[in-house]
Amino acid sequence: MNTPALKDWPLWEVFVRSKQGLEHKHCGSLHAADAAQALHMARDVYTRRQEGVSIWVVPSSQITASNPDDKGELFDPASDKIYRHPTFYEIPDEVGHM
Amino acid sequence: MYTQAMDIPDESGKKLAAVPPAHSEQEAAFEARIDADGRIEPQDWMPEAYRKTLVRQISQHAHSEIIGMLPEGNWISRAPSLKRKAILIAKVQDEGGHGLYLYSAAETLGTSRDEMLEGLHSGKAKYSSIFNYPTLSWADVGVIGWLVDGAAIMNQVPLCRCSYGPYSRAMIRVCKEESFHQRQGYEALLVMMKGTEEQKAMVQDAVNRWWWKCLAMFGPPDADSPHSAQGMRWGIKRVSNDELRQKFIDATVVQARVLGVTLPDPDLKWNEARGHHDYGQIDWQEFWNTVEGNGPCNKERLSTRVKAHEDGQWVRDAAQAYASKQKERASKEAA
Repeated sequence: MNTPALKDWPLWEVFVRSKQGLEHKHCGSLHAADAAQALHMARDVYTRRQEGVSIWVVPSSQITASNPDDKGELFDPASDKIYRHPTFYEIPDEVGHM
Repeated sequence: MYTQAMDIPDESGKKLAAVPPAHSEQEAAFEARIDADGRIEPQDWMPEAYRKTLVRQISQHAHSEIIGMLPEGNWISRAPSLKRKAILIAKVQDEGGHGLYLYSAAETLGTSRDEMLEGLHSGKAKYSSIFNYPTLSWADVGVIGWLVDGAAIMNQVPLCRCSYGPYSRAMIRVCKEESFHQRQGYEALLVMMKGTEEQKAMVQDAVNRWWWKCLAMFGPPDADSPHSAQGMRWGIKRVSNDELRQKFIDATVVQARVLGVTLPDPDLKWNEARGHHDYGQIDWQEFWNTVEGNGPCNKERLSTRVKAHEDGQWVRDAAQAYASKQKERASKEAA
């Protein structure tokens, strides 16, 4: 099978805002020749049932991701800082909700 | 959307068996995460056999969605009303969409869309055998929705909890959309069953032809399903073939009664002691014969798919040419 064109269609990541007031959320990826086509296809592939009011498409190659091997270095420093959470502090019951 | 139990061996399966069980620190961490019911994401380390199994299963699943568009697509221009036509177009479009979610999920494992399409078009890759049977009447379209999609849903719901993140997320999306497929089919049959004797006979005939094939969609009995144990261990497969098949039969008996059709199995009866229905013998020889490529429509389906791909080449070329031209123009303006 000879499919030279598809080989050149880059991969795009698709983000959809489901409702005004909510954030765009990653929902998948697709291949498209350019950004306009990626948007068009994202509409057909990911919002056939009114799942979105806005779509972002980003070339997958443009995303920089953290390395899973660095997970420790990146995220462990936060694990011993429990004083950043409200539950760390004891407040007398009679104060009520705070 | 449709899968059969996705442990149909192919070339990659043979190579799999040759992979020796290695026990590294990475592998221990991987297994610990699986045991804790955690998810594996694309960048995480995973055993090569896990990756290969998933690529095979997810791509077979994607191919099934794409080929699955064909038997029903044949009826779009012959649907009995505008309403049924619109519904059928929406359903077939969903199947195409499901194929795309799944191809994307498989690509996160390092395979490419081209490789997968090549596998499908050359006949190397398998897809669900259920699509290698013809859709002879309009009642077949209803029965495909009711029984084929119904069986697929049984198979797919547990896959929403699959250990591989992108696959499980794709399946959640698919399952959300799938329920309409089964309901529209069942409803179309309900309408036919209120019609003439001839229409009722069409429904019964379609049920007779599809019932056993749907039971085979769950894959070989657990005893003859060597891949299943490993799939279970890895959290790729959550419920066994026989268990899913039984669940499907138990659920379908009531639906058939309400519809007013007979399921074509003289051995089908409630077993009080088991709390399930007993059922007759499935013709596995026919199943394997179709998997091997000798079903009534294997050649037709594949050649229709290849022709569609080749006929679409100019569209892909044109989109590519347009994109290149726009890029060129933009860079000239910037200069």
